[in-house]
Amino acid sequence: MIPNMTELHTLVQKKLQSRFGNGLLSSEIQYDFPIFVLKKDILKDSLKFLKEDTELNFHFLTTMCGLHYPEITRPEITRPEITRPEITNSEIKGSMLGLMYQMHNLSKNWRIRLKYFMSIEDLKVPTVSDLFPTANWMERQEYDFFGFQFVGHPNLKRILNMDEMDYFPMRKEYPLEDAGRDDKNDTMFGR
Amino acid sequence: MGMTATLTEPQVLSKYKAAGAIEISPMHKPKGVEGYGFFATNLDKVVGLARKNSLWPLPFATSCCGIEFMATMASHYDLGRFGSERLSFSPRQADLLMVMGTIAKKMGPILRQVYEQMAEPKWVLSMGACASSGGIFDTYSVLQGIDRIIPVDVYVPGCPPRPEQVLDGIMRIQELVASESIRRRDSSEYKAMLAKYGLE
Repeated sequence: MIPNMTELHTLVQKKLQSRFGNGLLSSEIQYDFPIFVLKKDILKDSLKFLKEDTELNFHFLTTMCGLHYPEITRPEITRPEITRPEITNSEIKGSMLGLMYQMHNLSKNWRIRLKYFMSIEDLKVPTVSDLFPTANWMERQEYDFFGFQFVGHPNLKRILNMDEMDYFPMRKEYPLEDAGRDDKNDTMFGR
Repeated sequence: MGMTATLTEPQVLSKYKAAGAIEISPMHKPKGVEGYGFFATNLDKVVGLARKNSLWPLPFATSCCGIEFMATMASHYDLGRFGSERLSFSPRQADLLMVMGTIAKKMGPILRQVYEQMAEPKWVLSMGACASSGGIFDTYSVLQGIDRIIPVDVYVPGCPPRPEQVLDGIMRIQELVASESIRRRDSSEYKAMLAKYGLE
């Protein structure tokens, strides 16, 4: 039996609530996906639970990615259109970063998305590379671009950018352009 | 042959010349002294002629410019007409490094190593906007022009350039090759140029 999106959402929500209580900050259905926002300190426990629960059995980590909301510096001055319980409830200092995990139960074709938010000042998160071997390279990528520190990762070093890079380029405080270029001045544009 | 009389080869040539065509024969003879059974000219020019018509390119193709290069190599445009049908996938046997496509900063040291492994004399053709200047990728991860790490002889503009432009670029390289002094690579200017890139 494949439940529809709402049934799947309710089922996972109920399971997470009974296991983690108020560790589940909020949940919703966006487009084709049930999304669950959880507290950062239960990151590993919740992923392990979702993988090992016999009914849910989300045994496949499809993808994960980093998020950065530079405009959210303090909870009380959030932009109204992105005000969500997870933001006002948590204590975010500095700008806010997040991690998104997308999980799949291949035999039942259930898919869910999980989000964990944290302050830029505390980017330590546990690795899940022991639960999902595929997370090894994905976590290296998130470290490379955002600077998340995956505690317990066997080989946490840059994967896509050059080793000499000394910043995390997907963070919004850094410019997109190559900082070293000197040929892009006014004389090139006739000014 | 129907209504028109068959023309001899010199007649055909003079007809095309009269119409403004330029001779592009690869066997275009250098200046020299000619007599019955002999032809004398400078060694430079003979060596230049030989090198010019037997360039072995190393295709360093990293993106869509490489696809245009494949068209350039294929029968329709046929780079073989210019003596370059033999691609060398080893830098040690190549004369011409053709850099075609975006070079990420992480690829930079590899490109440089390939250049260093090539034996002198060697030439470099930078094909397309990305290799020449970074192109549209004005971003932290892309090298803003390969001339930041290796010297370049000819730039072919375009995004990507058409095969005709690549052929034109190769012909420009051929001009350089044909007119290069055999002592150029020993000159202090050349060494200073390499030193500027930290090469030797």
